[in-house]
Amino acid sequence: MSGEKHHIVPYRLYFVVLIALLALTFASVWITSIELRDYTVAAALLFAIVKSYLVLNYFMHLKYDKPYIKIMVGFVFAIFLVMIVITFLDYLYR
Amino acid sequence: MEHAHHVEHPDMYDAESSKVGMWLFIFTELLLFGALFVIYAVYRYMNPEAFHLAGEELNRVIGTVNTVILLISSMTIAMATTALQKGQRNVAIALVSVTFVIGLAFLVNKYFEWGVKFSHGIWPGSEHMMNEMSHGEVLFFGLYFVMTGLHALHIIIGMAIMVFAVRGLVRGKVHPDRPSLLDNCGLYWHLVDLIWIFLFPLFYLIH
Repeated sequence: MSGEKHHIVPYRLYFVVLIALLALTFASVWITSIELRDYTVAAALLFAIVKSYLVLNYFMHLKYDKPYIKIMVGFVFAIFLVMIVITFLDYLYR
Repeated sequence: MEHAHHVEHPDMYDAESSKVGMWLFIFTELLLFGALFVIYAVYRYMNPEAFHLAGEELNRVIGTVNTVILLISSMTIAMATTALQKGQRNVAIALVSVTFVIGLAFLVNKYFEWGVKFSHGIWPGSEHMMNEMSHGEVLFFGLYFVMTGLHALHIIIGMAIMVFAVRGLVRGKVHPDRPSLLDNCGLYWHLVDLIWIFLFPLFYLIH
């Protein structure tokens, strides 16, 4: 995985991550079914972000990758965030 | 496929650059879906009522089942990379095969889900959609079919890559010292999972 040093992720860790992801999924189903009004979208997205963090770090091995790959991934998400912010600034203030 | 290219030229094999190449490709995919998410966000912002109404039409149960299915498949293919590193080739083959079957189950679910929509007269450009739905609802279902359809296409491509990964494992071209094809197959599958993690709440959960 990470260059010359092969970090072998134990099966057990993957299983634990899966359990966490399933728990977060059911939690997000539950939290969006109760009436939160404007916070429903925020709550659902928050759960999705935590889930994607787990998938990126453990399933996609980013946690064990060299820093430059992590920085690249972070950079892409930053670009995406900027794209959203700029789009909404445009719609909110036109 | 670039990974196959590496497999055929042993001297040029470089696990690190294979991985970086795969990540660069994943970035383009993220921005492709990212643009669609931005479109969704803007249309939702402009048509909150219609998106609310249209969202009620989607079946939460099927959406949740497909989420669970996809998360489990992500675990099995991640475990396959561990199996290969441990030198357990047959376990790796079995795990990728299981992932393939789970991917198929996702598509079967999607088939029935879309089938129900079609039987209600809801498909892009359908008479029901054009005459009886508001502009916002048409936008919602347009995005629903494009985004879940594009996602399903990625599932099919991911499953095709799995066939190559299994073939590589069986023929011994993918082994503990040359795991890139299987690793990148896994990365691609996790990307598909990652996209679904956002599609699911945006279409099925937020009403």
